[in-house]
Amino acid sequence: MITELGHFALILALAVSLAQVGSAAWAAYRDDEAMEAVPSSTAMVQFGLLIVAFSALIWAYVTSDFSVENVWANSHSAKPLLYKISGAWGNHEGSMLLWVLILALFGAAVAAFGHNLPPRLKSNVLGVQGSIGAAFLLFIVLASNPFTRIFPAPMEGQGLNPILQDPALAIHPPFLYTGYVGFSMAFSFAIAALLEGRISAAWARWVRPWTLAAWMFLTLGIAMGSWWAYYELGWGGWWFWDPVENASFMPWLAGTALLHSAVVMEKRDALKVWTILLAIITFALSLMGTFLVRSGVLTSVHAFAVDPARGLFILAIIAFFTGGGFAIFAWRAPLLRQGGMFAAISRESSLVLNNLLLSTACAAVLVGTLYPLGLEALTGAKISVGAPYFNAVFLPLMVPLLLAMPFGPFLAWKHGDILGVAQRLAFAAGLAILASLAASALTQRGPTLAPLGIGLGIWLIFGALSETAYRVKLFQAPFAESWRRLRGLPRSSYGTMIAHLGVGIAVLGIVATSAWRSEHILAMKPGERVEFAGYTLDFKGISRHQGPNYAEQSGEFLLSRNGGEIQALLPSKRQYIAPRNATSEAAIYRAYTGDLYLVMGDEVAAGAVAVRIYFNPLVRLIWIGALVMFLGGALSLSDRRLRIGAPAKSRSQAAQLARQSA
Amino acid sequence: MTRLSLSAIVLVAMIGFGTGSARAVQPDEILPNPQLESRARDISAGLRCLVCQNQSIDDSDAPLARDLRLLVRERLNAGDSDSQVVQFLVDRYGDFVLLRPRLNAHTYALWAAPLLIFLAGLFLTRRLAAGNKSRSATPPPELTEEEKQRLRDVLSPETGARR
Repeated sequence: MITELGHFALILALAVSLAQVGSAAWAAYRDDEAMEAVPSSTAMVQFGLLIVAFSALIWAYVTSDFSVENVWANSHSAKPLLYKISGAWGNHEGSMLLWVLILALFGAAVAAFGHNLPPRLKSNVLGVQGSIGAAFLLFIVLASNPFTRIFPAPMEGQGLNPILQDPALAIHPPFLYTGYVGFSMAFSFAIAALLEGRISAAWARWVRPWTLAAWMFLTLGIAMGSWWAYYELGWGGWWFWDPVENASFMPWLAGTALLHSAVVMEKRDALKVWTILLAIITFALSLMGTFLVRSGVLTSVHAFAVDPARGLFILAIIAFFTGGGFAIFAWRAPLLRQGGMFAAISRESSLVLNNLLLSTACAAVLVGTLYPLGLEALTGAKISVGAPYFNAVFLPLMVPLLLAMPFGPFLAWKHGDILGVAQRLAFAAGLAILASLAASALTQRGPTLAPLGIGLGIWLIFGALSETAYRVKLFQAPFAESWRRLRGLPRSSYGTMIAHLGVGIAVLGIVATSAWRSEHILAMKPGERVEFAGYTLDFKGISRHQGPNYAEQSGEFLLSRNGGEIQALLPSKRQYIAPRNATSEAAIYRAYTGDLYLVMGDEVAAGAVAVRIYFNPLVRLIWIGALVMFLGGALSLSDRRLRIGAPAKSRSQAAQLARQSA
Repeated sequence: MTRLSLSAIVLVAMIGFGTGSARAVQPDEILPNPQLESRARDISAGLRCLVCQNQSIDDSDAPLARDLRLLVRERLNAGDSDSQVVQFLVDRYGDFVLLRPRLNAHTYALWAAPLLIFLAGLFLTRRLAAGNKSRSATPPPELTEEEKQRLRDVLSPETGARR
């Protein structure tokens, strides 16, 4: 009964979204001001209906209602409650429902908080947003319905893939989707602006918070996925350039570029056309991410051809919105007038460089991801494009970007003084050189260029700090004056500093763990001892346990260092009941200098098991860096100017003047 | 293929990996000569496990990956150079086995694309800068004396910060 209620709400949401498109189109076409309020109401109603639908699906999972095909195929009565709930979006149909729910959430947020938007812009934005919702709801209802029943109802479900039964992965998709779908706001605003043929700096002020929020969630979503892969997949890698990872990374790169170009547009009224184009591209990449992951095209072109209905449906949706977006862009963009001018050395040009490098990197990832598919479709030749390709093309683009990064916030708008900036960054540069020298003195092995990578990370961290120190005249003015300036700085300025700092932290982690990771693979019997990376591990023995839906064998290893006992490490192997999969759970000891990562494999000889020990230096900085980036974004988002989408009065304006005068 | 097993593949594809157990290189595979072993690991990291999604044979726990790892070590023991080992596998399995595609008629576009895209972007940026210049060719009118005084007021740090 509840399932039917959900099903009904879903179909009703489709009808409401169509009404949303219709009313917005009517308002724009007939210039009907009375109609402009309708899309706001429908957006709220649509969100409410989808909450009902999604709750109904969760209910079916929680109660293990196996008469619902989707629940039967992806759940099991013995599963812990958390994974019953997360199972609702751990599959195709449920995750598409989550996708439209988040889309509706963003639409409702515009309806609820968009008081200061011009009514026509608001109605147009919600109209475009509604059309995206309508397309995906149609897809769900026709080709991917999570509420389909089966008769007779089976007694037991087939279970969820055990590697998905993990806390981090339970919440990973909602974050990732909030990021993907959040970029639909930038898209809807871009199309609405193009349709109106008018775009102002205020437009960028409305778009920026939405883009920033989407970017924050995507950052955290990707980091969470990477962290999960690190500890769950059992060989301590954290990024694989897998097509599925690339699918989420491309919108992130484009979204990062969009964030920066929107700043130029807001502050200087320049780069309008490019910002609009980037908003369309970013959302197109988000859609493509959904398609790549959801159509099965990645497994192989043939798997896609076997059951093409869904893939073709999503492909048609992408073609419609991307093609339509570009067509409207080509038609209306010439109407947009370019604003502010700037010199070759200026804040604007540094952000243009940022956009050039990020867009190229994004395009390179796109080419590498799709090339094997295209080549196979065209010539039948099968090649692989793996991590070595991506590293080879990605690094040469990222290194200049990161080297230039500390310069950007220092440069003045319109016309900057590069030599002056270089002087102000001398301290950070000096520290970076010292760090490189220290790193090469302290390490004997690893790539020769790796110490420079450490220097790069230090350069980014202290480059970001230098900017704030300079703004508040640290050590240049009396401390009280610095303190007063520190409090006066707008939050978005801190946000920039912290987000850039986060990049530096992540770079340190990436470089250290890629260059100086060590491993030891051996067969061990209980009672044996091994020395590795300054630690001692004593293998005590293997014990068996029974989990809620798996049987477990765990090894006990006593970890000590210089004779002092630290803790017991318990890596394990699990055999799940349904589906009958085996997983292995790594045991990780987290020291300040890095992670000691221990995995137990199969029995290799009588009484001996394969044991794998890794030491991953500074690896956690990668995810800490991503978290710091997220916090920087959050701080920026809390800035009054962004939050209410209007120029601030009083204190922060004074601070802005102080910034400009500095 | 039924719809169900397809969605299972999609589900796994969503995660991108076969299974989560770590059984890649086994202790019994490791060569006694550490230099040969290190070469074997480097070669393995660049070879694709043919039955997996985007995994190197060094990372994969598939039986085929183990066979290939043993094969690589066998060839190294027989005295092959690194490139001979790789060529041996390419002759058997085709270019598909290489995670880093070789430069040939099929991959010119792949390797050239990032550079071409960058150059195209640079060209567009320069055109933008040129347009910028032509518009800035007509300078704005001179400021009046009153406006200049206001500008000085705003720009001097003391008054500006206090405001």
